Amino acid sequence: MYVEFALQHAWLVPLLPALAFVAIVFLTRPWKMLSAILAVGSMALSCVIATLAAYGIFTNPEYAEKPLVYATRWFSLGMPGMPALQIDVGVQLDPVSAMMMVMVSFISTFIFLYSIGYMDGEDGFSVFFSYLSLFGASMLLLVISSNLLQMFVAWELVGLCSYLLIGFYTHKISAREAAKKAFVTCRVADFGLLLGILSLQIVFGTLNLTELSERIAHFEEFTTFGILTMIAVLVFIGPIGKSGQFPLHVWLPDAMEGPTPVSALIHAATMVVAGVYLVGRTMFLFHEVESAMQLVAVTGAFTALFAATCALTQREIKKILAYSTVSQLGYMMLALGVGSLTASMFHMWTHAFFKALMFLGAGSVLVALHHKADVWEMGGLVKKMPITAWTFVIGGLAIAGIPPFAGFWSKDEILAATFAEGHYVLFAMAAFTAFLTAFYMWRMIFLAFFGKENPDNHPKESPWTMTVPLLVLAIGAIGAGWLGTPWGNVWAEWIYFGHPHHADPNFIVMGLSVVLAVAGIGLAYSMYLKDTEKVKAKAMAEQYSTAYRVLVNKYYIDELYLWFNHALVDGAAKIFYLFDIYIVDGIVNGIGAFAKVSGEGMRVFQTGRLQNYVLIFFIGVLVVAVLMAFVGPSNAVPVIGGVK
Amino acid sequence: MLTISLTHYVILSALLFSIGLFGVITKRNAVAVLICIEIMLNAVNINLVAFSKYITPIDFTGQIFSLFVITVAAAEVGIGLAIIIAIYRNKLSVNLDDFDLLKW
Amino acid sequence: METSIYSVIAFYLLAITIVGNAALVVFAKNIVHSVLFLAVTFISMAGLFLLLDADFIAAIQVLVYAGAVCIMVVFGIMLIQAPDMKGTNLFNTQLFAGGGVVALVFAMCAILAGRTAWTDLVATQAVPENTIQVIGTLLMSKYVIPFEVVAILLLVALVGAIVIARDDAGTVAVDEGVKANAHD
Repeated sequence: MYVEFALQHAWLVPLLPALAFVAIVFLTRPWKMLSAILAVGSMALSCVIATLAAYGIFTNPEYAEKPLVYATRWFSLGMPGMPALQIDVGVQLDPVSAMMMVMVSFISTFIFLYSIGYMDGEDGFSVFFSYLSLFGASMLLLVISSNLLQMFVAWELVGLCSYLLIGFYTHKISAREAAKKAFVTCRVADFGLLLGILSLQIVFGTLNLTELSERIAHFEEFTTFGILTMIAVLVFIGPIGKSGQFPLHVWLPDAMEGPTPVSALIHAATMVVAGVYLVGRTMFLFHEVESAMQLVAVTGAFTALFAATCALTQREIKKILAYSTVSQLGYMMLALGVGSLTASMFHMWTHAFFKALMFLGAGSVLVALHHKADVWEMGGLVKKMPITAWTFVIGGLAIAGIPPFAGFWSKDEILAATFAEGHYVLFAMAAFTAFLTAFYMWRMIFLAFFGKENPDNHPKESPWTMTVPLLVLAIGAIGAGWLGTPWGNVWAEWIYFGHPHHADPNFIVMGLSVVLAVAGIGLAYSMYLKDTEKVKAKAMAEQYSTAYRVLVNKYYIDELYLWFNHALVDGAAKIFYLFDIYIVDGIVNGIGAFAKVSGEGMRVFQTGRLQNYVLIFFIGVLVVAVLMAFVGPSNAVPVIGGVK
Repeated sequence: MLTISLTHYVILSALLFSIGLFGVITKRNAVAVLICIEIMLNAVNINLVAFSKYITPIDFTGQIFSLFVITVAAAEVGIGLAIIIAIYRNKLSVNLDDFDLLKW
Repeated sequence: METSIYSVIAFYLLAITIVGNAALVVFAKNIVHSVLFLAVTFISMAGLFLLLDADFIAAIQVLVYAGAVCIMVVFGIMLIQAPDMKGTNLFNTQLFAGGGVVALVFAMCAILAGRTAWTDLVATQAVPENTIQVIGTLLMSKYVIPFEVVAILLLVALVGAIVIARDDAGTVAVDEGVKANAHD
């Protein structure tokens, strides 16, 4: 009964946090604790409903074939002689959205809870929770959208929340700049997405996901393959921005200027995977276009490798995690690109747990160390902060891909799918990325939590509101992957595209990934823990100083964009400025100048002397009379003699 | 032929009108200009009365019209002189060359 | 039409008087002299009207123009001019330009008058003997509305002239010395 209720009232899931947002903004803002409880409570309630609904979805396998959709007409515009534009708004529940709904609401609940401890005593405590609630509502709306336009609205809303929350510390210039950067970068990408959505509406006449999937399945009736390819690429531009894929990844590391729960929630677990989710939702579109799939796969693999190399040399704990997020998102894209929705969503699921866990752990460390972020200045924190440290280690094992932790299963799924589809180059890139991931993650862990203590630090363990989420998420980071083990892969039976297919467990790949992970951890151990003076690390940095500088500066991508901005945008602006000054203003001023000059000329005739006027008037009379008398069409005397 | 036709009157009228116009255009004194306007009106009257005699002797249209012209001319002289006096009071001059207030 | 030799002589005499005096009005250097020549012009024009069988108009011409208008102009001059009347009526700078234009205007009028076939228009009837009676009847019947309008116009002109010429308390009081020195 409860399950039925939850299925039919899934729209409550985004609505409750939205109500919490309204209530906090308008009613409870002065009472901090009440606001926080409202936010956490509404999200927890959403989580319960979402879980019940998901239970309903997963226990009825037919929903995988035929999603549960209920929608209502939002608006329809029609002009005579044109097909009407009808936009629905509704809920679409299938295994993918149900999984996502549970994941978002679950992680959100615990991150909200964590935020109570993290944001304790900060200015704008209630405002922070109102933003968080708005974000939760928007994200859940995005997840359950049955319509691409509705999804786009939610997509922009989460972008707005991201902007607001990155720039939450408005007194910090860097935070404001980062917020702007995030917003503008995503806008660039969203423009492509919007074009894609509009093209879909124009070509296929609907934006409802279910109808679109039916129509695109035989797209030849509507359009050509070229147009479809264009649409697919346009749609993919949106996820490139939102999910931080190369080359629009630049905003994500900077977004770490926001409070740590925000980084965990928005920039690791939920919002940034919206891009992956969107591609997953529109898989029917990409499925038809082989080249777009390859674009997705190559972008993903390249981003994964690229971001992993960037993470090697970063010093700030959150920056390392941010690049690792970019890298993991690349994995998810890669999985989608090779056609495995199963693997992609699985990695999204596990990644949400262990990455949120690590971010929250990082936040816990930052609170304890008063926001000293450089991992080189930490060390030995495990003694003072055991819960944080050991949960962090669990996260590190998960992301490195050590069995039986969550990350191992999902990453292995992606590697196996890539290998099975025959993309050996991409497989090699992904495998190398796995090695790098293990290395840089464990570099961070060894530097921050083990080794010598830094005597300047006086850390102490965080309060229960922060450690409880850590523990819960740690359980997730351990166990979330057990849904998709080679022995009893329930995940692949739930979430798939087309028909359930699951690559046979490839134990060679599995073994390789374990070996790579262990090798990475081992290398990190030998360089950063065993070698207490870090001689090898310093020697390497000196020996390959060029490469080191390039990595520290993140391949100079930001500088490239700045240069591009400076040279091209400013240059173009300068040209337009000159055009404006000399052509546009020139025309306007020219008209004015013409009036002025002609006025100056004409005013000579206006002497102000009456008799002058009389003289000129009679000259005119003469001219008119002569014209009428002698130049008229009839040769008779027209003026006086005309009176007959 | 020593007969007087309508053409004679029209030419006379034109001559008188031209003299009046010449005065209007070239005299400095505002009163003189006013006088010259009267001459021009009289020239018109000659025309009207002559036409009345030669073309519509029964209807008297021209004569009636010239009566109205005389009346209006009398009124015009009155108003014109009043304006000249008022201007003189402000400017201490009746020289039209001084009155280029409408300039620019 | 007019075949009598006397009337021809009369026309030419009157025409010469009118044109000559009008020219003197324009060319006289003293404004008072101008007004005197104007009076002569008006009176001789009354004679011309008699020649045109318009005895009532002639009478009005003498009464209104030679009488009222000339006297009024003389009063106006008296009110505004300096004691010395020499050089009060001079030409301005557009003497020759004005002369040229006026000559052209006259030439055009003369050419057009000469080209017009007036003889086709001339009626055969004579003007009735008693014009005053006819004019009086017409003014009170056919032209009563214009007549009344002109009456109102005269009234308005009368009031307007008084209002305009009156020395309001608000206007700048002219210093007598300045006034005396303000020769034209």
